[in-house]
Amino acid sequence: MNNADPMSPDDLQKFVDGRLSPEDQVRMEAWLAEHPEDAAQVHAYRLQNANLSQAYDGVLDEPVPAALKDIVTMRANRRAREARPAMPGWMRIAAAIVIFAAGGSAGWLAHGGAPAPEPARFAANAMGAHKIFVAERRHAVEVPGGQEAHLFKWLSKRLGVTLKAPDLASAGFRLMGGRLLADGPLPAAQFMYENAEKKRMTVYVRAADGNSKNTEFRFEDNEGTGAFYWIDAKYAYALVAPMGRAPLLDIANRIYRDLSR
Amino acid sequence: MNEEHQIIVDQVPHLRRYARALLGDKALADDLVQECLTRAMDRLHLWRPGGNMRVWLMAIMHNLHINEAKRRSARPDQISLAASHENLRSQAPGQDAPLLLRDMSNALNQLPDEQRHVILLIGLEGLEYAEAADVLDIPIGTVMSRLGRGRKKLREFLDADGAPRLRSVK
Repeated sequence: MNNADPMSPDDLQKFVDGRLSPEDQVRMEAWLAEHPEDAAQVHAYRLQNANLSQAYDGVLDEPVPAALKDIVTMRANRRAREARPAMPGWMRIAAAIVIFAAGGSAGWLAHGGAPAPEPARFAANAMGAHKIFVAERRHAVEVPGGQEAHLFKWLSKRLGVTLKAPDLASAGFRLMGGRLLADGPLPAAQFMYENAEKKRMTVYVRAADGNSKNTEFRFEDNEGTGAFYWIDAKYAYALVAPMGRAPLLDIANRIYRDLSR
Repeated sequence: MNEEHQIIVDQVPHLRRYARALLGDKALADDLVQECLTRAMDRLHLWRPGGNMRVWLMAIMHNLHINEAKRRSARPDQISLAASHENLRSQAPGQDAPLLLRDMSNALNQLPDEQRHVILLIGLEGLEYAEAADVLDIPIGTVMSRLGRGRKKLREFLDADGAPRLRSVK
């Protein structure tokens, strides 16, 4: 455009929004100096933009509601779990581990949404029991692994579900034994395993109490101790070891291969 | 959370501001943002890395808003959230809201949806014209004409008596 051209309506908008080239901007300014009506319009439109900002910019400073952030973070976490290649293996393991508590029901993979307090408490109990008893040298277990048949018969009776030991030998872990514990008001069983490096792993299980909200698999990490846990319609499980997510998952995969053989 | 998720989280304040100006109500606006984020996470595999996340999210939110408006007009007799949407939309923020916010909300409320969209995307959110065209899925020429008509109309509401009703901001 040149000085003699009337400004197009689009150019006027572009000028308001600062989208004209420097050249055109100079020409526009010259044009507006000669055309007070257009200048008034530009002024009014710029005021509109400024007032919109003044009216609504406060929203930018408000803290974002946690519910909105959670949509992204929780789904991001779920995607990460689903996308992890080893995951399907682990999910099959869980199905296999159901053998461990014979009669395990379907539905163990029901999605529970936000972590309910109850599963979180269960995981904390499993983690706590792990830390307390793996530290024991002489009394790490109540009934030693040498009496495996007795151990499982006894604990199955106390928990009200039939339990079998997963064989973790292929992962380098041997059964040390187990003990009866209280998970709140409910009886729980802890089985302890140890490898050649004296690393100890525990499996913590109890019957679901009926009010339990089913959970998908969850991983928790506390000062170097990792736990995979889940709750289905009948059982609550946790696998705890002083390992990160990946090695723990690797062991879980070994368990699965063992169990599915 | 990966990089994409962080970019999405970073956009939430902008989505909330746009939705607030569009709907005029905090709770309804956050509902819309929530729906938008849910859908975005479900469709993240469709996102092209290197694209403009704000435009992508705004487009999702725009479609949700449009669909809601369509449902509303398709079933005018139905008492629904949509109906309360409309009611709330037609109310200015309460007496305790700043005067400017009330005036602005009132004035925006007089505009047709299509003009309100372009004015807010460009005037408030600072989108490029081409970005607004992408969000609204319309040609850029249409963006410009709606912008022109919308601003003209908004001006009538804001200074109907010849004097600007809104205080000038520095």
